This record gives sequence, C-alpha cells and structure tokens, in this order.
Amino acid sequence: MPRHTLAVLVENKPGVLARVSGLFSRRGFNIDSLAVGPTEDALVSRMTIVVNVEELPLEQVTKQLNKLVNVLKIVELDPTASVGRELLMVKVRVDAQTRAHVLESAALFRAHVVDVATDAVTIEATGGPDKLAALIAVLEPFGIREMVQSGMVALARGGRSITGGERLRPAS
Amino acid sequence: MTEPLTGAQSLVRSLEHAGVDVVFGIPGGAILPAYDPLFDAEGLRHILVRHEQGAGHAATGYAQATGRVGVCMATSGPGATNLVTAIADAYMDSVPIIAITGQVGRAMIGTDAFQEADIVGITMPITKHNYLVQDSADIPRIIAEAFHIAATGRPGPVLVDIPKDVLVEETTFVWPDRLDLPGYRPTTKPHGKQVREAARLIAAAERPVLYVGGGVLKAQASPELRELADLTGIPVVTTLMARGAFPDSHPQHLGMPGMHGNVTAVTAMQKSDLLVALGARFDDRVTGQLSTFAPGARIVHADVDPAEIGKNRVTDVPIVGDAKAVIAELIEACRAERADGTTTDLAPWWKQLDAWRTAYPLGYDEPADGSLSPQYVISRIGALAGPDAIYAAGVGQHQMWAAQFIAYEKPRTWLNSGGAGTMGYGLPAAMGAQVGVPDATVWCIDGDGCFQMTNQELATCALEDIPIKVAVINNGNLGMVRQWQTLFYEGRHSNTGLGTRRFIPDFVKLAEAYGCLGLRCEKADEVDGVIEQAMAVNDRPVVVDFVVGEDAMVWPMVPSGTSNDMIMSARDTRPNYDNPEAV
Repeated sequence: MPRHTLAVLVENKPGVLARVSGLFSRRGFNIDSLAVGPTEDALVSRMTIVVNVEELPLEQVTKQLNKLVNVLKIVELDPTASVGRELLMVKVRVDAQTRAHVLESAALFRAHVVDVATDAVTIEATGGPDKLAALIAVLEPFGIREMVQSGMVALARGGRSITGGERLRPAS
Repeated sequence: MTEPLTGAQSLVRSLEHAGVDVVFGIPGGAILPAYDPLFDAEGLRHILVRHEQGAGHAATGYAQATGRVGVCMATSGPGATNLVTAIADAYMDSVPIIAITGQVGRAMIGTDAFQEADIVGITMPITKHNYLVQDSADIPRIIAEAFHIAATGRPGPVLVDIPKDVLVEETTFVWPDRLDLPGYRPTTKPHGKQVREAARLIAAAERPVLYVGGGVLKAQASPELRELADLTGIPVVTTLMARGAFPDSHPQHLGMPGMHGNVTAVTAMQKSDLLVALGARFDDRVTGQLSTFAPGARIVHADVDPAEIGKNRVTDVPIVGDAKAVIAELIEACRAERADGTTTDLAPWWKQLDAWRTAYPLGYDEPADGSLSPQYVISRIGALAGPDAIYAAGVGQHQMWAAQFIAYEKPRTWLNSGGAGTMGYGLPAAMGAQVGVPDATVWCIDGDGCFQMTNQELATCALEDIPIKVAVINNGNLGMVRQWQTLFYEGRHSNTGLGTRRFIPDFVKLAEAYGCLGLRCEKADEVDGVIEQAMAVNDRPVVVDFVVGEDAMVWPMVPSGTSNDMIMSARDTRPNYDNPEAV
C-alpha cells in the first residue's frame, strides 16, 4: 500500500492526540508513525502522521479527521516536494576491536556519538526512513543492544507555509 | 451580568441562555451542585427519569419531534455510562442532543475515585464533540459552543463533563457574544456548478429516483422536496430515517427502500439510471450488497457531511450542503433546464413503476392460526390516530411494520432508532416527544422485548403528566430474531421466547402498577374499540397489550449481505420484474 504523509494542524488542547489517534484506529487504519509537537504559534500543535493506505480510504479518513472540531487543517505532503526526517538513537555493542569500525560507520552516515561506555556507544542519527534503515543494517553485525526511533516530522519544500494566508489560531 | 455566582448557577443560567426549556435527568453525587439552582430555575423544567438511558432517548425523542436540541443530565460514573447507549444512538441518527454529566473533583480525576469514569474518553467515538470543563469561567462558552456544534452542520450529540468542584467554585457569568471555533466550519451552501451539473443529469435521466434520507427532515426541507418532486415528476423513496419527509399519499412516493422496503422502491433504485441522494448515506440496510446496488445508476449525492459523500458508493456529482439549500438551488437549476427545453419523458419509467406497484403492493397474510395480526393492529393505529399523531417505535418487526403500514404525511411524526437499532428506544423517545409537543397524540409502537428494556419510564410519564400511548405488539418473542432463526437457522428458535404471551409479566397489571391505564386486546374485532378507548384517555399514560401471533414475518426482505436483486416479496417468492403478472 502506498505511504502517505499528512501534516495536521490542531488546536493545542488536552485530549486532541487521543481524538486523532482514536479516529484512525476505530476506522480501521494503522498509523505507521505519528509525531506531535509545538509550532510557531503556541495555540497550535502540528502532527505528522504517516499511514500506509490506498487513495480512497485515505480520502475518507482525511474527511473524518476534518470533522474533528479541534483539527484546523490537513495537508498531504508530496514526498517529492517535502523533507521528512526521523530521529534514531541506537546503542551498539563495542569492544576495543570494533569501536573504530562503529565510529567510522557512524561518521559515514553523518551520525553523532552522544554517549560512550566501555562496552557500548550510543549513536544519534537523523534522516529519512531509507537512510536510517541503511545505518541500522550497517550497525547490526556489531550488535544492537537497544534502539529508539521517533516518528517522522516533515515540511514541504519552498517558501510557502501551510499556515499562511488563513487565520488558523483560535483567538485567545 | 458579572456578579459572582457558582459554577452550577452559571451552568443553569447558560442553559437558559441557550433556550433550554426541559432537561431529562437523574441527580447523583457529582452533579448534585447543579441540581440546587435547577430547583429554582423558572422556565426550565427538569423531568426526573428512572434510568439515565431513558433521559438520553427522551432528549433524542424531544429533538426529533421538535427540531430543537434535547438535553439530558446525569451524574458521574454509572450515571454517565448509562447515557452511553442513548448517546451512541443519537450519534448514529445525527440527532442534536446535549449530555451534561457530573465528574469527580479535579483533584480526584485519574485516581479511580468513587463513581469516577472517563466519560469524555468513553464517548469520544460516539459524540460529535465533547468537553471536560477545567475552569468554571469556561462554562458559558462551552455550553454555547456545545449547542452550536450539536445543532449545526450534520447534527449530533455533544457531551459536557463538569467536575464537582468546578460546579461549586465561585465564578462569573459572561455569555459569549460570538463563538470562536476555528476548526468547525460546516459547509451549508452548495456549490452552484455542482448543482447545475446535477440538474443537467436530472434532465437527461430516463429512470431517475430521488433517494431521500433523514437529512431532509433535519434540514426542514420537506416543502422544497415537494416542490422539486412536483416540478420534475421524479419518483421518491424515503428511507427509514426519512419517513414523513414526503407525504405517503403523494402519487410519486414509492415508499421505503431497503432490507424491508417495498418491492417497487427497492427495484426502482436497482433499475435506476440516476439516483439523486438527498441527506442519505447509502447505509448497508438500504444498499444491500454494495457491489450490486443500483449498478446502472449515476449518483448525485448531496449531504452536509462531506465524509458521507463517496464513503460507500462512488459519486458522479458530489454536492456538499444543507439539504434545504441544496434542494432550493436544485429547483432553480431544474427550472432553468426545463426552460431550455431539455427534459426527458418519464412516462415509460412510470409505466414500469406502476406495473411493479400493482403487482407487488405492500401487504400481509392473516395468521393461519387465527391469532391477531400485528400488521393489522399497527395499520389500525395509524388509521385511527391519523397523520397528526407522532409515532415512536422500538426496534424489530414492529418497527418495520410501523414504517410500512402507517401512512406518514408530515415531517417529524415518525421517530425511531435507525442506525444503532436500539431496543428500548421507543418508550422514552415517545416520552420526550410528548414533552416537546404536548398537544400531539403520541403513540409508542413497541415490542414486548423492547418494552421490557425501558418501561420503567412509565412511572415518569404517570407522575409528570406525559400521557403517551403505548401499543405493545406482544408476540411473546424477540420477533425479528425469531424470524431470522425461522429463515436462516432451520427454525431453531434459540432463546427468543419471552413468555409474555403467557403474561409474564402481565403488561396490564404492570401498567396499572405504574399508574397507567392498562388494556388488553386479542381479537381483530376489538382492535378499533381499544384504540379509541386509549385515545380517549389523556389524564395518564395508556398501555395496550396487543397479544398477536408469533409467526408473522416482515416482508418484503432482502436477506442480509445479498443483493437487492434478491428481494423476496414474501417467503420463497421472488418478483419477476420483466413480467410482473407472472408472480
């Protein structure tokens, strides 16, 4: 099924995340990833939702989302005209022999080492899903002790803003 | 306007500002502060029900009968959860109600406190929107928003949960002069280009059908619908939720489509080349198997909820808008088409439809065992109470017969639970309707199964001077389930017998115990007399126990999950469309 990335602007109010995620699950959609955080406007939060879904059901879930009173705007981001990033932190087993190899692999992916212990290093990387999958594949042979990955956040390329032109924020 | 008052007083004042004249509810611990100012509120009647579900359905019946927003109130925990069925019911049928629930104090939320339930979380999927009030200063704004959201766009239930300490604390009352809901902007005015395109298809169609749903009633668009039908000469079908939106006596009315619709209404849609859906949602009970529904029809779909358009059936001309505005513009656009001389002769279509109507009228067989026919009872109630009465039904066989055999001429005279199919809806809904329209004769057509789910509200009706009339169509069984067992489970009637034809309970005695007049009727020649006797009593509710045969079935029927083409006009009888004479 095709992957779609939705940018959803919502009112920054309690329970909004539950309303949005609950709507996906009860209408039978699996969310691939969901990231939520503040925007340039303190009263507005932004969710980036990635779903694997065909075109027609996507239209239905978008329309249902639009009906939520706290949802302000939904934009589907075109993968060719937007930048999507995920954050990965991975704790890799190292010893005196492998440490240099692990650090070299991290450098190749422009990843950073954020913590070092005698038997492990923790590497932080950002990128699209393909890059992070490639990094994980490279680190796997050394032994991955633990990893954590964020949902994708994404912005459209170019100068335009999806908040532009319209009054979105609720009056305070 | 800004003198100090309690949150509870602010709530009651907010309800008054919203124009509420009646609240159905039951007090309890967390909502108790609200009941104190309610005690003094003039012009705001509180009706003490016997179960919160009754309050919810009463609010729904009130809303469906009057077009105004219905209000119910309950305490926290079980009080609130007892409203859940009624809220889900109102959500499925797009009925504007407000549910106000008490909640444990703010500091107690999340501690599994006594009578705590996360009712906002529980009702998230079954409300149009809901609120947990965190600050007493927000009460007027939230109540104003709740009424606006419930009543506009596609109507629906809104729940407002208020912690006890929010009701107790001192606050100020400021009624908002405008609402600020940046994420809520329903589209009510249709797009002119889409309407003109619809009119173009209408003018060109050879076998069009106006497929009318409950949205037409909600939008109060019956006069416009009548005008559109008269102008275009197109046949009309009204769904279970739309009975009364178009007069049954109108010659263009083919009746109700769907699983228990009549053969002509179902078949007209199947053979149509253009369905004009107005405030309808292509529900599975109407379409049957979706892939074979109206295969040759192009679709014009007008609905105030854009999410309904294209949800079940691909649409050729989508129109987002309020049914009243859509139909009014459609009339103008159709006039313009006709002025240009572009119309299609519908006479061949009508010739076909009339042949089906003649060959497959709605009807029923008298029970072979000589018992009283339920269809006869219901049709006599309709005939004697007439088109000005309001009819509320439970769910099951009696509901379908009431939809089929009572002639509805006016909007808001037929109340039922269509989407949710809530057994027990009928009696409390009738109660709410009677409160909203005190001068109307209100009949609840109930089943013996449904009646036993909510009949405690007879006490409410008796004490509050709500003189509803209840016809219990007592076949001693969960009749519709039994019918399916007869047809699809080799007649193995597992757990559908209720013993009510052996008078356990005795509905006449039960009625009397509740302070109602109780009557019983078991013979056809007594039916009219008993109905007239019931109609003559207005100082208390009346319950008539119509003891009917248990083998009567609802026909026609499209077996669940099959194509509408497989409609059976009677048991083992399938219409022969091409040669209606050869049934």
